[in-house]
Amino acid sequence: MPKLDFDIITLGHGSGGILTNKLLEAGVFDLLSNPLLDTHHDGALLNLTGRVAFTTDSYVISPVFFPGGNIGELAVNGTVNDLAMCGAIPKYLSLGFILEEGLTMAEFWDILVSIKGASERAGVQIVTGDTKVVERGKGDKIFINTSGIGELHPRADISIKNVRAGDKVIVSGNIATHGMAIMSVREGLEFETTLTSDTAPLNHAVLALLDEFGNDIHLLRDPTRGGVATVLNEIARDRNVGATRLGIDLKQAAIPVLDEVAGACELLGLDPLYVANEGVFLAIVAPEAADAFVRKLRTLDYGHSAAIIGEVVTEHPGQVVLTSRIGGRRVVNMLVGEQLPRIC
Amino acid sequence: MKHLTEYRDPELVEQYIQELHRTATRPWTIMEVCGGQTHGLVKNGILNLLPEFVTMVHGPGCPVCVTPVNLIDKAVYLAEEKNPDRRPVILCSFGDMIRVPGSTKSLLDAKAGGADVRILYSPLEAVRLARENPDREVVFFAVGFETTAPANALSVVQAQKLGLKNFSILASHVLVPPAMEAVIQDDDTSIQGFLAAGHVCAIMGIDAYGPLVERYKMPMVVTGFEPVDLLQGILMVVRQLERGEYRLENQYARVVRPEGNPEARRIIEQVFETVDREWRGIGTIPGSGWAVRPELAAFDADRKFSVSIAKAPECPDCIAGLVLKGIKKPNECSQFGRACSPERPLGAPMVSSEGACAAYYHFANVETQAFASPLRQQ
Repeated sequence: MPKLDFDIITLGHGSGGILTNKLLEAGVFDLLSNPLLDTHHDGALLNLTGRVAFTTDSYVISPVFFPGGNIGELAVNGTVNDLAMCGAIPKYLSLGFILEEGLTMAEFWDILVSIKGASERAGVQIVTGDTKVVERGKGDKIFINTSGIGELHPRADISIKNVRAGDKVIVSGNIATHGMAIMSVREGLEFETTLTSDTAPLNHAVLALLDEFGNDIHLLRDPTRGGVATVLNEIARDRNVGATRLGIDLKQAAIPVLDEVAGACELLGLDPLYVANEGVFLAIVAPEAADAFVRKLRTLDYGHSAAIIGEVVTEHPGQVVLTSRIGGRRVVNMLVGEQLPRIC
Repeated sequence: MKHLTEYRDPELVEQYIQELHRTATRPWTIMEVCGGQTHGLVKNGILNLLPEFVTMVHGPGCPVCVTPVNLIDKAVYLAEEKNPDRRPVILCSFGDMIRVPGSTKSLLDAKAGGADVRILYSPLEAVRLARENPDREVVFFAVGFETTAPANALSVVQAQKLGLKNFSILASHVLVPPAMEAVIQDDDTSIQGFLAAGHVCAIMGIDAYGPLVERYKMPMVVTGFEPVDLLQGILMVVRQLERGEYRLENQYARVVRPEGNPEARRIIEQVFETVDREWRGIGTIPGSGWAVRPELAAFDADRKFSVSIAKAPECPDCIAGLVLKGIKKPNECSQFGRACSPERPLGAPMVSSEGACAAYYHFANVETQAFASPLRQQ
């Protein structure tokens, strides 16, 4: 961390004046340096070719530091992954901070270092940004917004319209790990665990899969908030129209969940299908390519637990139906509100 | 959690299902008392695997569902009230209690409006909060059946030992055996046998059930919560019914000792006394609840803050009472999935994941309101 004459963030750091400049010059610009950012202009001028994907996301996680990462890493990976889910090669990110007065410079620096590391791992450049400061009590330490731009992979044809009956539903790794790692450090819920968040950039794995399987990959989604159940319900709902209306069948026994995560969910009365993920994606893949897709994915970063967990079907259109481990069948609905722990 | 897998073994489940199909020769209606059992039956898809002859009806054993509106109103009032003569309140609650609608709002609404409402897993956490925040009043919303009572009682004992002046509980404990009796006595009941709630019996023992079995000539089986437990419990009830027998049996012997947990009972006795209790949707059942003993009034939020709130009427369209007594199934309600959903619940059984209405809503086909039948055919 650079030597500074202040150790906490104050309102002045968002004024646009000397303090803002001190903050940026003291490290932010150097740390994240690249030719586009180094111009220090009002915006970045980008060279892009072909079709472009564009996405944005805001990060408000509490606690800001959690087992396995922090909000900075999350803000890069989350937006990178959203681009990857479009079939795009992530190129450039914007980075907007809303800091709460009183955030320590040490914490801010840790977050910046994480952002740098995460953007290097993902292979993206941060090309423009903004910093605002709000009064103490009006934020939660730090909020981050990132927007991202990526160039479409030449073989990508990712669209809900491509989903067909018989397609396989594939998950890239163990589900619910991120959500339970966060839960383990929330005030009032702390429990002892070695769980860490699975936050990770998924773009390299996705691009390798696109190289090999191209338009056999019909849809990609990352099941963050609301978990796997919510995303699959969205897909089923979106395909509950037109001539062939589709639903989704899930096999509980095939869904990969770490023992420790399953145990914690059990204790807290939560269903892993609704718990948030950060380093996991869902793919809907043509049936003839599905086995090879999973084999390949298992050799790639963050993909070693990949599995086929279900199938797109014409029965029960608009619905996700799960065959439980014991062979019973039930509907998996959309999550309502927040998942709340049960009483007993 | 590895130890649970044997109670989820698909082959064992299949054996029990087949045995049930062989055993049941006539229609039988069985109530599972506990919301945890309802949840287990629905979540694992067990209702779809049972023989046509076996109908499960879902009992009143969801603490969130039976907590009176008036008490929720009191909790909301305590959380929101700005009284200069009193330290501001931190209102602590188990998770699923905070979404239950009172007469005008839920604790979640109060939280959104600025009240300090916190979700905790244990009342002992609330005691810790009280120690750490001497300038605040910490009130723990102590609802639940016999299962949550020992920890709630322990929080009072601890607070007393620590000499805390800023900790109290808003208690509304309810007791299972009197509720079972009220359900049996209802003129419209069709129940012929019971799965008694395993975890309640783990605390209280099984003594209370023998007299009910004798008086109403009805089989009762103390049952656990895993798929194999539930199916074994159902099979034990059906066997008795088919033979025309009525006995108290214990399927959940790995957890439930006949005498329960004497240490837990002792601490409950120390803090609580038996009182008549109002059950949301059902009405007042004599001797069906526990309240904080008068000598511990300093730790009883109800007495400490003497909150008096006018009783608000229940929503007239909600048939929660009939659902809780097993007379109607959730999907037989005209409001189910229409005016009433977990986002906009008319009554508490739609709120808690243990509530029968919410269990049906989350795990069933909402649009057609058909619960078991469309899936059974596949």
